[in-house]
Amino acid sequence: MTVADLPALTMVRHNRVDLALHRLSTGDGTSRPLLLLHGLGGRTPDRVPDWIDWPGPVLGLDFTGHGASTVPTGGGYSAEILVGDVDAALGVTGPVTLLGAGLGAYIALLVAAARPDLVRGAVLADGPGLAGGGIHPGSPSLPFPAPGAQGPPDPFALLELSRDPRPPDYAQTFVRFVLETSDLEWPLTVTAVVQPEWLGAVASEPGVATAALGDALRGYASLD
Amino acid sequence: MSIAVVEWGDEAAPPLVVAHGGFDFAETLNVFAPMLADGGWRVISWDQRGHGDSDRTELYSWDADLRDALAVLDSVSTDPLPLAGHSKGGSLTMHLANAMPHRVSALVNLDGLPSKRAMSDVSDRERTRLLRRELEQWLDFRRQLVGRERRPGTIDGLAERRGRMNPRLERDWLRYLVTVGANRADDGWRWKIDPTMRLGGFGPWSPEWSMLRLPGLVVPFLGVLGMERELMGWGTLPADVEPYLPPSSTFVPLDGVGHFVHIEQPRLVADLVLEFLG
Repeated sequence: MTVADLPALTMVRHNRVDLALHRLSTGDGTSRPLLLLHGLGGRTPDRVPDWIDWPGPVLGLDFTGHGASTVPTGGGYSAEILVGDVDAALGVTGPVTLLGAGLGAYIALLVAAARPDLVRGAVLADGPGLAGGGIHPGSPSLPFPAPGAQGPPDPFALLELSRDPRPPDYAQTFVRFVLETSDLEWPLTVTAVVQPEWLGAVASEPGVATAALGDALRGYASLD
Repeated sequence: MSIAVVEWGDEAAPPLVVAHGGFDFAETLNVFAPMLADGGWRVISWDQRGHGDSDRTELYSWDADLRDALAVLDSVSTDPLPLAGHSKGGSLTMHLANAMPHRVSALVNLDGLPSKRAMSDVSDRERTRLLRRELEQWLDFRRQLVGRERRPGTIDGLAERRGRMNPRLERDWLRYLVTVGANRADDGWRWKIDPTMRLGGFGPWSPEWSMLRLPGLVVPFLGVLGMERELMGWGTLPADVEPYLPPSSTFVPLDGVGHFVHIEQPRLVADLVLEFLG
C-alpha cells in the first residue's frame, strides 16, 4: 500500500496515545509525501492550504493532545515526546518532506536529525509555539491550567510546551546531526520570518538554507 | 489520576515529606523513614507517577512530577513544612522550595545534586556522537512500547536485576524490596515500575540548571553527598557544590558511602536529618 492509498484518517499508536494522521490529498501517485506538523494548540487543516503547492500526497499529523489525537491525563509534555509522535507516523508513511510550523518547526528539526533516512528535507516555518520557553529555564514555578479547562488542544500542552527551554547550542547539535548524515545539499530550510534564539542559531549554521516558503517547497519537490 | 501515599509514625506529630528517587518507590524508605518517625516526625512519602502503586500515565515529565508532589503536599498541610528528597526526589523538592518558599520550612537533599562531572571528560565531538546514539535508541525504544509489560521473574531474579543498577546494596535488602515493590502473578513477580519509562533519554536539560537553584534557597538546607561513585549517582564532588551553597546550610560529604546514602547508612543519615531539623 502506498501513502496515496491511506484512508483520509489513520490512527497511529504511540505508546498509550492514538495519533490522528490525516491524508489531505493523494497527489500524482509517484511523488514523495509532504507531512505537515502544526503549531502549538493547532491541528491539521481540513484541506490543503492554497499556499501549499506539492506534487505528492499532503499529510498532516495531530500531535498528542491536539486535534483528533488522544488527550492524556495530567499533562507531562515535552518536545521530545512529540518527536516520538512523528517517528510513529513515519513508521506508517515512510520517507517524507516535513513542513513544520511554530512548535512543529522545532519538532521537524529534531526528527530530521533522528531519522535522516526518512526525512527528505525539512522546512521550518512561522507558527504558534515557535519560541518555547526561551533559552534558559525561567524562574521556578508550578504550571497548572485553569480549573475546568478541557481540550483538545490539551490545556496542559499549551502550558508546558510554551515553557520548555530551547537552548541554541542544543538546537545546533541537531543541525550537525542532520548535516553529517543527510545526502541532500540543503536538508534544512528556514522560512520563518520570526527567529527566536534557537532558530536564529539554526539559520546561521553553514549548510542551512534560508528561503521563501514557496521556493523551499519547490526545491524539495524536485528532489528524488 | 491517583497517587499512592505512604506514611510512618504518629499522625499527630509534625509532618515531614520525603520524595524518593527515580525508579524507586515510597517503600524503599521502610528502614530510614521509621527512624525519622521514632525521632518525632510524621513521615509522608508517595509513589511518583508510573512508580509503585500510583497510576501509570500516558506522559511523564518534570512538570507533571512537580504537580503530583504539590498535590501530596496539599493533602498533608498548607502550612510550611520540611521536605527531604533522595536523588531525583532531591531535585524535585529543591524546585518546590524555590517555586513555593511559603510552603517549605527546611530542605534536606540526599545525594540529589547533579553536576556536570559525568560528561566533563568527553570531547564535544564525542558528546555529539553519544547524544546521537541516545536519540536513535530512545526513538527505537518508543517504537516498541505498545502493550509492553515488565518481564516476570523470581524474587531472586528481580533482586539480581535491580542489583545491577544498585551494586552496593545488600542482596537481602533487594530481595525484600521485591516483596513490597513488585506484584506477584501466576508467571512470577514484576516490578511495579511502568516499563514505558526509561533511564536517560534526551532533552535540553543540563545538570547545572539544577545546581543553579541552590544559592537562592531561603530555607535552612542540609545536603548529604555519597562519595563513592556509582551508576545511579552523579559523581558530584564537594568542590562542585560548595560555591553554590546557600547562606544557611549544612553540607556533609560521606566517605565510603554510595548514592543510596539513606539505605546504606540509615542510622547515620537519620541522625543527621533529625539533628538538622531539631
